[in-house]
Parts: sequence; structure tokens; C-alpha cells
Amino acid sequence: MSTATTADTRTKFDTSGFIKKYAIVGILLLFVILLSILTGGSFLQPQNLINVIRQVAAIGIIATGMTFVIIIKGIDLSVGSIVAVAAVVSSSLAQTPQASVIMYPGLHVPVIVSVLAGLAAGALLGLINGALIAGFGIAPFIATLGMMTAARGMALIYSGGRPISRLSPEFNWIGQGDLLWIPVPIWILAIVAVVAHVMLNFTRFGRHTYALGGNEQAARVSGIGLNKLKIGIFALSGLLAGLAGILLASRIGSGNPQLGTGIELDAITAAVIGGTSFNGGIGTIWGAVVGALIIGVINNGMDLLNISPFMQQVVKGVIIVLAIIIDERKNR
Amino acid sequence: MTDEYLLRMQGIDKIFPGVHALDHVDLNVRAGTVHSLMGENGAGKSTLMKVLIGMYTPDDGTIVFDGREVQINDTATGLGLGISMIHQELSPVPEMTVAENIWLGREPKGALGLISRRAMNTATQELFDKWEIRISPTKLMKDLSIAQTQMVEIAKAISFDSKLIIMDEPTSAITETEVAHLHRMIDQLRSTGTAIIYITHKMDEVFKISDDITVFRDGKHVATLPASELDRDKLITLMVGRELTQMFPKLEAEIGEVILSVEHLNRGHLVRDVSFALRRGEILGFAGLMGAGRTEVLETLFGVHKADSGTITINGAPVTISQPKDAIAANMALLTEDRKLTGIMGVLSVRDNMIMAALPKYSPNGFLNRRRIEADCQAQREALALKTPSLNQLIQNLSGGNQQKVLISRWLLTLPDILMIDEPTRGIDVGAKSEIHRLMSMLAQQGKAIIMVSSEMPEVLGMSDRVVVMHEGTVSGIVERADATQERIMQLATGPDATAA
Repeated sequence: MSTATTADTRTKFDTSGFIKKYAIVGILLLFVILLSILTGGSFLQPQNLINVIRQVAAIGIIATGMTFVIIIKGIDLSVGSIVAVAAVVSSSLAQTPQASVIMYPGLHVPVIVSVLAGLAAGALLGLINGALIAGFGIAPFIATLGMMTAARGMALIYSGGRPISRLSPEFNWIGQGDLLWIPVPIWILAIVAVVAHVMLNFTRFGRHTYALGGNEQAARVSGIGLNKLKIGIFALSGLLAGLAGILLASRIGSGNPQLGTGIELDAITAAVIGGTSFNGGIGTIWGAVVGALIIGVINNGMDLLNISPFMQQVVKGVIIVLAIIIDERKNR
Repeated sequence: MTDEYLLRMQGIDKIFPGVHALDHVDLNVRAGTVHSLMGENGAGKSTLMKVLIGMYTPDDGTIVFDGREVQINDTATGLGLGISMIHQELSPVPEMTVAENIWLGREPKGALGLISRRAMNTATQELFDKWEIRISPTKLMKDLSIAQTQMVEIAKAISFDSKLIIMDEPTSAITETEVAHLHRMIDQLRSTGTAIIYITHKMDEVFKISDDITVFRDGKHVATLPASELDRDKLITLMVGRELTQMFPKLEAEIGEVILSVEHLNRGHLVRDVSFALRRGEILGFAGLMGAGRTEVLETLFGVHKADSGTITINGAPVTISQPKDAIAANMALLTEDRKLTGIMGVLSVRDNMIMAALPKYSPNGFLNRRRIEADCQAQREALALKTPSLNQLIQNLSGGNQQKVLISRWLLTLPDILMIDEPTRGIDVGAKSEIHRLMSMLAQQGKAIIMVSSEMPEVLGMSDRVVVMHEGTVSGIVERADATQERIMQLATGPDATAA
């Protein structure tokens, strides 16, 4: 009997399950085909495709952290402001002497130091989010709403409200350069996604994340240390937002304290389109990346089709709601 | 035509999936009397009352109230007819005042159809004056003690001027003084012709206030008698007098040395001075009525709640347990009572659900050892004859019995010495039930020590080597298997009494 059951599981292929699981990839392909036809092929130009991915790299990286957060039934509204903090902090350590306004005159540090400073700032703010949520029992929505406002203020104070410009070419290479003919941001997104996927699926930390989202009470009785876990997940989200901030600053060659405004909504949208459930316990990294790509494809496609930016917003709103409706159906 | 009965419920039948909750039950209540409903947990008392107030629709049967046949399809209809109920689970709105809670949904209106707060407070004060309740109508519900909340709920039920008031365990949370107060209120209501249906587990209370007593057992009506014709022993015999038809394959196990000893454990008012010892190979049953504190003892031992005081000794060494992690480290396991609320992680796979408590073992360096997980989960699946198409299946798609098996596996994978199981077979079908009993027996044979909380008498008697009986947070007796009878356990469960020496 034992062999029969084992054989059973190996041979039976669950077709409807497969379709449900990968429906989102089909939707992405559908958009790609549709836009290729409508634009007469210009959408499919390799340079255009690379542009699409380059543009969504930051959203994809943030959506990766957001996926962890939403799996545990949380939300992180502060990522956009953390983007700005990391952008101004790292930029301030990457200025060249030619700049008219220099934050730290005479200071020259290797580019790795400015990057690490930006990452540390992001992780620290995320850690504070987690501590507020785990330590004081504040709802994630409220704690990160507070951080969203406060961190934006910090970025403005730190930079004096002005963009920090004239950054070193080494720093700008992160957002603008290529490595083996592929833009650096795409490499970074790919590495982040793979590492996060491994964490979620092949480590104890990942299983604990799903357990906390699946049933907090049961996770507690199973001996899982929930406070540390929550703090770790929000710190991770902050760290990745910091990375996205560095990427965005180096892409435009300036650390703008207004950077990242509204990007939290794009990241949440990407995670949710990718199948992460607000009810907790469900979500994948590849889904979030595909979600981010769908956002990028739609944006790019509508630009190519000369659709007005106002109309683009309406279309995006409709697509978000449609994606959720389809998602609810498939879970039934 | 005059009828001495205010209420006649006849042939009431209610079937839930898998359970015949009410089997053609009759209940006749005279006006101006207190009629007590007695029976073990799950005998059907609460279900029958929910039918009466319109929360459940019966599958069959008729209700005649105040001389008319009535259909009660919702609670508003019940209230309109003059039937109100004090619920076992209190449900006040904590952020509202006492007066607002009492008049919720029927607020007195003033000019312009707006709610008149003054009229509401005055009406509440009059009500409270009449019934000698000393609580300010303008206080917020959340600032009241549990006993005060209970008194407000009682006042609310009376304020409907009902002809029939149902009281489901109204004295479970209040002190002696308030119990006496409530009994005076009941006497007064009775003298004005109001009928009261009273549900309680307290024996002394039953005989103090009842005119008539109806006994239920396993969803069936057993007897209705005047209270004067009954005494404690007769009543208990009526309540438990079932034949033990279900057979459990309890296997002989060698009882070893003491592994766990608990002394003077205290936590809140539901765990008071609890002491007992548990041996290897033993199944120690915990019996008692609902709310006796059995679940709380397990949760305190496991660190879900922190103990106020007491010592826990495992294998001769005292241990401190302040969170479940500590208990797991001491080789303890707890299968909780409510599978859905504190057990399964519904949207996760069977495999993930199985390994959750034993994860450190399967990921010594943080990374999962997938091969070992797969091997051990498959082994559990076969050992427990788990019915699932695959380990990838979401646990929420499994039957209750199979979910329970997965949860047992979750704890077996931690290789516990002490296994605590709260209601091992609640809400699962007969086949899976006996499989789980056989499994528990086998685990005991392997030398594991098992604590089993159960509200099902046949399960307690069939599975236990010894039975700890609890009453209102204290251990009222520990009975050896040979001496364990339904009557003996019920005597202890209903509280210390002169007759139960």
C-alpha cells in the first residue's frame, strides 16, 4: 500500500492546479503579444525589453520584501520614504568635488561605503518598524504609516530639501552601467529575487514566515519565536527598500529627497498581482517579480501607444482590481 | 382554553452534519416556574435553546408558546413573542455605556427621532433601582468587572418584560453575593408569572431554585420530573445512564516511573492549586464540565500562559516554562483543543503543517534538509494511514480526522516524552476516532506519557489509566481506572458534596 500511495503522488499531474499557479505568467505573455501587435513590433525590440526591466527593477526589489511582509498579514507603507532616506544618505557619501553644494567637503570614501551606508539606513528604519509592531503590538498599517511620514521628513532634513547631485561615476554605474551586456539593475533584481526565493523555500526562516501568516496562534504554540521573526521581516523590507533607493539615485545621478513617492503602492500591486494573499500564508517571490514586470509592460506599452498619462492611471487601476478578482476566484 | 404550560416544544429534531444534536425532544414549561435543564456537555441543552430563540431552525417539531403555535425563524421574532435569553458567552459592546447596551437596537427616541440619552439613562436607573443593581448607567461596559457585566446582561434580559427568560449558566462568572442576588431576582420574577429556563452545572443551585427538572443525554429527552422528587444521586444517574457501546482498543502498557510532576500550580481562577503526577506509559485522563479549567491546566503547563505559581518537575529536575519553546525543549507536546483556531495552518501544505514544531531539527544550519523532511513526513503518512492525495495538499482540504492526524504527526516529529492532547477526537468521524484511540494506546506502549483532556465520558473511561477530575479550577479527585465509573466522575465533576465522600 505504501508504494501505491507514493507512486500516486509522483505520476498524477494536477493540470488545473498548474494552470491556476502559473496563470499570471500567461497574463504577462498575453500583454507582451498584444502590445507587440499593437506597436507593430517596436515593443519587442531587445533594447525596449531591457528598458522595461530596468525601469521595474526598483519596484521588483521592493515587492520582494513586501511579499514577505504581506505573507505574514502585514503591510509596509514606509518603503517609499525609506527609498528617499537611503538615496540621500548614499548620495551624500558619493559626491564629487565639482558639486556646487557639497555635504561633506574633502571626504572621499569608496563607493562600497556609500552603498553600505544607504543599506544600513534602510535596514535600521525597517528594524524600527518591526520593533514597534512586535514590541508594542501596533498594527503594521499604523506603524509603517508613521514611519512613512517620519522617514520622508528625515530625508528632507538630511538633504536640506535639495537633491544631492554630482555623484561619482562609480556610484552612477550601479544604476546606469552594464555588466556582461546586461544593465546592472537587472543583475541586482535577479540576485535579490533568487536569494529571497531560496530564503522563503529552503530555510527555516521561510517556513516560519508562512507559518506566522497561516495561523499566528498555531505558530506560537509550535514554539516559533514570533517577535524576532516579525522584526526580521520588516528589517528585510527596509533593507530592500534601501537597495532600491540606491539604485534609483544612481540611475538619475542625484539623491532626491522626494524619490520613491508612491512606489509602495506599485510594490504592493506587484506582490498582489503575483498572487500574494492579504489573508496571509500565501505568496511567492517569482509571482511578485512577474507582477512588477506586468506593471512595467503596461506602462511601457501605453507610452509606446501614446496613451495619455491620465488614461494610463485609469487602465492601471482597472487592471489591479481585475487581478484581485481573478485571484479570489482561483482561491475558491 | 387555559393551559398550565406557557411553552410546549414537541418532537424537536435537529441534525448537524455527522451529529444528531436533537432527537425528537420534548420540553414543556409551566408559567411562573423555574425549569432547569440538566445534562452533560453536548447533551443538547444549548442547541434546544438556540432553536427556541430562533438562532437555529429545527428540522422537525412544533413550538406552542402562550397558547399559539409559533414559527421562530430569527431572534427578533423570539423577542417579540416575549422570549429573551442570557447567553453563556457575554456579548456587550465594550465602548458603549451600560444604558446604551441595555437599549441597543430599541433606543428610546426623543424629538426629531433622535436617540434620547436622558430617557435611556432614566429608564436604566429605574430598572436598576427596581432590581437593586448598583451600577451607574453611564459607565462604559469595558470598565465593569465580569460579574458586573453579567448583572447588566441579566438586567437587559429582564428589561424586555419577557414571559420566558432563558438563563444559560448565568452564575459561572459571579460571586456568592451576586448569586444570592440573582436568586432573589428569580424568585421575584417567578412570583409575577414569568417562566425561567435555567441551565447550570452546579448541583446545589439546581435543587435550590428549580421547580421542575428536565434531563437530556446525547440529544435525547431522558426525563422531566419535579425537583422535589429528585436528589443529587438520582439526577446524576439520569444524566450519565448510558450504556458504553463504543469500544476502544486500549492496549495494556507498562507503567513506568514518574516523568512529570506538577505541584500547587496556579493561574488565574481556572487553575487553582493543581497537583498531579504523570508516569511513562500512562494515559492520564482529565475529566470535568465545560469551564472547569482542564484546557487552562494544559496551556499553563505548556507556557501558552505563564503560571502565577507552582512547580513543574520533569524527570526529577525542576523546569521553568514561560513560553511554548521552553516546553518543547523539555520534550513536551500540546495538541490544542480548537483545531481551526490554534492548530492547522489552513493555506499551508500537509507537509509544512507536519514539520512546523520540529523545524530546528530539520534545519540545523537554517537551511531545510528536504530529503529528511520528505522521508519523515512520508513515514508519518504511512504510520498514521493519513488519507491525502499528496503531502503538497493544503491541509484545509482534508477531513477533520485527517487534519487531526497531521497535527498528531506535527508533535510526534518533535519526539516528545510527554504528549498532551486536548479533546483528541472532537468533531471527527467514528472511524478516524478509533484509529486515533489506537494510536494513543500504541504511543503509551512505547513509553510515552499522555495527558488527555476529554469531554466524552466513554473516551475518558475507555482510554484512561487514571482520571483527574476537575471542578471550578481545582482537582476534585483522582480516580484509578478500576474505580472509574460515570457516576463517580460526574459526582466529582459537579463539585465537592457531603454525599461524595
